[in-house]
Amino acid sequence: MWSIISVLVENKPGVLFKVTHLFRSRNYNIDSISVGITENPEFSRMTITTSADEKQLNQIIKQLDKMIDTVEVKLLDEKKSIYRELVLMKIKITKPSDIMEITDLANAFKCNVHDVRKSSIIVEITATPDRISAFEDLVRGYGILEITRTGLCSLERGVGNES
Amino acid sequence: MSGARSLMVALEKEGANIVFGLPGGANLPIYDELYKSNIRHILVRHEQSASHMADGFGRVSRRPGVCFATSGPGATNIVTGIATAQADSAPMIAVTGQVPTKMIGKDAFQESDIIGITNPIVKYAFQPMTAAEIPEVVKKAFYISSTGRPGPVLIDIPKDVQQNEAEMVFPSEVKIRGYHPWVDPDIREIERAINMLLAAEKPVILAGGGVIISGAFAELQSIAELLMIPVVTTFKGKGSFPENHPLSLGPIGMHGHAEANKIMVEADCVLACGSRFSDRSVGTFEEFERNLKIIHMDVDPAEIGKNQTTHIAVVGDIKASLRIMVKMLIQKATKRPGDNPWLKRVNETREYFRQNLKLHSHPLGAAKVLRKLREVLPPQSIVTTEVGQHQMWASLFFDVIHPGTFFSSTGLGTMGWGFPAAIGAKAAKPEVPVVDIAGEGSFNMTENSLAVSVLDDLPVIVFLLNNFSLGMVAQWQRTFYDRRMIGIDLKNCPDYVKLAESYGAQGIRAQSIDEIGKAVQTALKSNIATVIDIPIDPQEDVLPFVAPGTSLKEMILPS
Repeated sequence: MWSIISVLVENKPGVLFKVTHLFRSRNYNIDSISVGITENPEFSRMTITTSADEKQLNQIIKQLDKMIDTVEVKLLDEKKSIYRELVLMKIKITKPSDIMEITDLANAFKCNVHDVRKSSIIVEITATPDRISAFEDLVRGYGILEITRTGLCSLERGVGNES
Repeated sequence: MSGARSLMVALEKEGANIVFGLPGGANLPIYDELYKSNIRHILVRHEQSASHMADGFGRVSRRPGVCFATSGPGATNIVTGIATAQADSAPMIAVTGQVPTKMIGKDAFQESDIIGITNPIVKYAFQPMTAAEIPEVVKKAFYISSTGRPGPVLIDIPKDVQQNEAEMVFPSEVKIRGYHPWVDPDIREIERAINMLLAAEKPVILAGGGVIISGAFAELQSIAELLMIPVVTTFKGKGSFPENHPLSLGPIGMHGHAEANKIMVEADCVLACGSRFSDRSVGTFEEFERNLKIIHMDVDPAEIGKNQTTHIAVVGDIKASLRIMVKMLIQKATKRPGDNPWLKRVNETREYFRQNLKLHSHPLGAAKVLRKLREVLPPQSIVTTEVGQHQMWASLFFDVIHPGTFFSSTGLGTMGWGFPAAIGAKAAKPEVPVVDIAGEGSFNMTENSLAVSVLDDLPVIVFLLNNFSLGMVAQWQRTFYDRRMIGIDLKNCPDYVKLAESYGAQGIRAQSIDEIGKAVQTALKSNIATVIDIPIDPQEDVLPFVAPGTSLKEMILPS
């Protein structure tokens, strides 16, 4: 089971360390984590994805909530939130027609293409994890040389009960 | 005013009148201000003991004990003490010196990243980088340490921050937006809990350390008596309920009382107050919760459902929750008759084990020794223990009569804790006798605190059950490792009478039950630090015994 947790934290040194250390010391798993400052510079927002059963997820949320530097901890409902990940993928070019084919695929997925070279091309894709996987499957045949991903970042839809 | 001066002023404002510590290069500005202040300093011989003293002081006074250590090794030496306080939810403020701000990260002399090292074992940690922050940091530290579920808070102050001058503002209160320690218990849940208890045929109360921390002794007793429910405790909760009370069954667990374990597994409903269902208390989690309805009261919401499935959860301070429960019971005029079949079963079980549980036959068997101590020690005396066989014998054979007078390192199981913690306890309550029920293996670890007990006029009695070995390890090697005995023989070294005397303390060797009684009386009368060395049988095991990874049903009884 895959879950998205949104954590609003105090924007100060050491908080990311404390959050990740909590996962380590309690033997929970972080699949991805993204952190950035919010509209209020006093806070940062972390989006954490984790695979845990219901009981463990419950504990993760309570333990995060217990941390003094966390201000708000929310388990996000996928249907009621927007979540995206940015992935850069370096794909191998074997023959010139590869470039065209990959660019076409990239367009179909609304990706940007960067750094087109004789032997490689970098594609930037911002999408949900399942769409990213779909794209990855399609280009795997060309040979994926390197991947870097930001981890999910996520926001609830609407304001208050509007979501 | 300097950062160091503001630290002292802030500590005084928080009511701290004693600190346990040891100076060094990086906290000398703090000590220079300590010299000028009215705060009493207790000079330890090893920083670990300072942290245990602050812990013992905190548990007894129920306000944070304060310890000081310098940077680097001074700071790392208190790590065990901090972890111990965290595991047992004890309020403590640890103030460490740090290398100057511009040296941090340069691997400077006596630099250690104590904030990083202690992260998983503190309730919170501060590292003020300017002097002006110190008053607010201290205020917040005391607030965090002593509220909700108490715990240790570290304040790591770089040397230049101690020395720098700043305009100081001492806040009268602080707010921390991510910290909400006060949760009002949900009255509907308490009502449901009452109904569940009344509907149960075989209810028990499981009293944990939370009852002692919140001082909910009277409330607990009222509920037990109104509902006529037998009370078992965890080891940490030992003494939350008078152990000579007709409804008391004593601690459950690995070395719980036979009758307590037996009744616990027969029960159909448990009201758990301030207990985290540790593995040492409940055996296997799955087996414990089978056929058992669990009502869980705890101040820490993260404890609900952590180890056991809960049917009703009441989050809030135990004293507040139990007080509401008592009120509701009185309003409804709810009482349960004392002549129900369950209580009859409870009494029969207790009686059966009292008659039939075989005690060790040696003339200085642990039961005889500890019952003698109980007989001669005034009930309001404070007792700490070290960690090992003697600790579990204390749990089995030393009845706590006056609630909240028994303290032990139950969560972390820190050998060497009992003696310095006893000194801290004596500092908190000088008017009562304080006894450390000890084993020599544990006592070895912090015995140099004898200097403190003597020189600082904090006399405690070390009641030393000496079996010349690391007894609990020996027991496990006898039981689980086919008697391959290794690393346990302490060879009766040192001579504890001479050791005590060399520190200026009193050393008494007691070789019979009669001599033990006299030695304790001598120690109580003389009011000087005393080590009573009692040579016991190295072959005695702690029984009953629930082997690790098994359920409370599978209790090994003495044969």
